[in-house]
Parts: sequence; C-alpha cells; structure tokens
Amino acid sequence: MWSWVGHRITGVVIFFFLLVHVLDTSLVRVSPEAYTAVIGTYKNPIMGLGEAGLVAAIVFHAFNGLRIVAIDFWKKGNKYQARLLWAVLILWVVVMVPFLIRHLSIVFGGH
Amino acid sequence: MATPTIDAPRSGKVDVKYTRRKGGKGNFEMAAWLFMRLSGVVLVVLIFGHLFVNLMVGDGIHAIDFGFVAGKWASPFWQIWDLLMLWLAMLHGTNGVRTIINDYAERNATRMTLKTVLYVATVVIIVLGTLVIFTFDPCPAGAVTDLPSFCTAK
Ligand code: HEM
Repeated sequence: MWSWVGHRITGVVIFFFLLVHVLDTSLVRVSPEAYTAVIGTYKNPIMGLGEAGLVAAIVFHAFNGLRIVAIDFWKKGNKYQARLLWAVLILWVVVMVPFLIRHLSIVFGGH
Repeated sequence: MATPTIDAPRSGKVDVKYTRRKGGKGNFEMAAWLFMRLSGVVLVVLIFGHLFVNLMVGDGIHAIDFGFVAGKWASPFWQIWDLLMLWLAMLHGTNGVRTIINDYAERNATRMTLKTVLYVATVVIIVLGTLVIFTFDPCPAGAVTDLPSFCTAK
C-alpha cells in the first residue's frame, strides 16, 4: 500500500517538474543569454538538494514502475511482489549512493 | 462443493445495466493501461540516459548552459531522444494525473475543470517542446555568449 502511495506522489511531483523543465529549456529559443541566465539561478546548494530529491523520486518511480510491470505480466510476479519491493529499495540505494556522491560533490565542490 | 466463484469487482455495488458503457469509447482504458506500462519501460532507458549524460559525465550539472544544449541538439540523435522522451513522459504523466483526478475529484464539475486544465497544459507543453527541438538554431545570428565551440568555424 505504501509503495502505491509513494508511486502516486512521485508521479505527480515529476509531472509538475516536467512542465517547468520544458518551459525553462524552451528559453534556448529566446536567446543564449536568457537560457544561461535562468539556468544560472539554479546553480546554488538549495537547488542542488532539490535536484537530488527529484532524482531520488524519479529513480524510485522508475524501479517501482518496473515492479508493477513485473507483477502484471510475469506469472510469478504476484507471489514475489513483496520481495520485488525489497529489490526496488535495494536498487534505489545502489543507484542513489554513487549518484549523490557525484552530484553533491559537483554542487558543493564550487568550481 | 465446486470451486468458489469470485464476482467481478463492483458487481455487488453497481447494477449490471450500468457496468457496460454503450457505444463510442471502445477499449480506451485498456489501451491507456497498456500504454502506461510500455511507455514506462521505454522511459526508464530514456530518462536514465538523459540524467547520466547531463548530470554525471564531465562537469555534471555545472556544465549546463546554452552551449551545452546547443552541442547536444546539433545532433539528430539527441533531437530524436529528447523528442521521444518529451512525448512519452508527457502522455504518461498526463494519463497518470488523469487517473488521480478521477480518483479524488468526486464532483462532476470539479473533475471536468481539472481535466480541462490538465489537457490544455499538456497540449501547450508538447507543442512548445516539439517546436523548440525542431526550430532550434545552435548558432543564432548576433549572439555572442555561451555558443558551442563549433559555431566559430562557420
Ligand atoms: C522512469 C520510468 C517510468 C516508469 C517505469 C513508470 C511506470 C509507471 C507505472 C507502471 C505506472 C502505473 C500505471 C497504472 O497503475 O495503470 C505509473 C503511474 C504514473 N506515472 Fe509513471 N513511470 C515512469 C516515469 C514517469 C514520469 C516521467 C512521470 C511524470 C511525467 C510519471 C508519472 C506518473 C503518474 C502521475 C502516474 C499515476 C500514479 C497513480 O495513478 O497512482 N511517470 N508509472
């Protein structure tokens, strides 16, 4: 049940981010200065943490989405659904740890 | 006794004469259900590739400026990649949010209004994003800052 709540919340969060993400990227069609200026306002530690949270949400939604597909299409999916959730959480940690090390050292490394 | 039978969901609550829609809509909900799963699997590849190339390689997110985007979209490979990602993610996300609106907005008028706003936003974003990808000029005339290095070669 909680995996469903998590999937739903991350789905909505990603959707609203995507709306904004397409809008700011569209500034490349306005001028190089406009795009680089707006992207420049994202280059601070607070946004860096926000980006980390967003990637965490996407990675969970992606792996849990694959779990839903496995439950629906794989004969034994239902039987193993709880174990698949553990797999989702373990994979999430395995992907997030190296990601966070790299991303946060870029964000806080200040170069 | 023979094996027990299990009734279809809602069959006790809703009179059978209301459980089948007459005419029109066909198997839309079934197609949407399948689309969520197919697009999801493809999106894993597209989004993980997108995040890896933009956030992990080279200087990571620090490297992102106009020149970075221009360098990517000068290649049809990334144009197609991003186009597919835009369409699939927007349609997948819109259908997901449509489900959520149907689940929680119980008044007819509220549901209609929210879905209208949703569909308008979706069309605007898909059309805008598609136009940007295809009408993009990596070396716009008169621009000086942040151009990709290959612009000076012209
Ligand atoms: C990364 C790859 C992704 C995978 C594997 C994936 C997979 C799924 C699956 C299997 C569902 C369940 C559909 C159903 O119950 O019928 C779903 C729901 C949803 N997805 Fe995704 N998805 C992905 C990316 C995205 C993105 C990028 C967005 C936002 C733009 C998004 C937004 C949603 C929303 C809002 C729902 C509805 C949640 C609900 O009804 O509770 N997903 N996703």
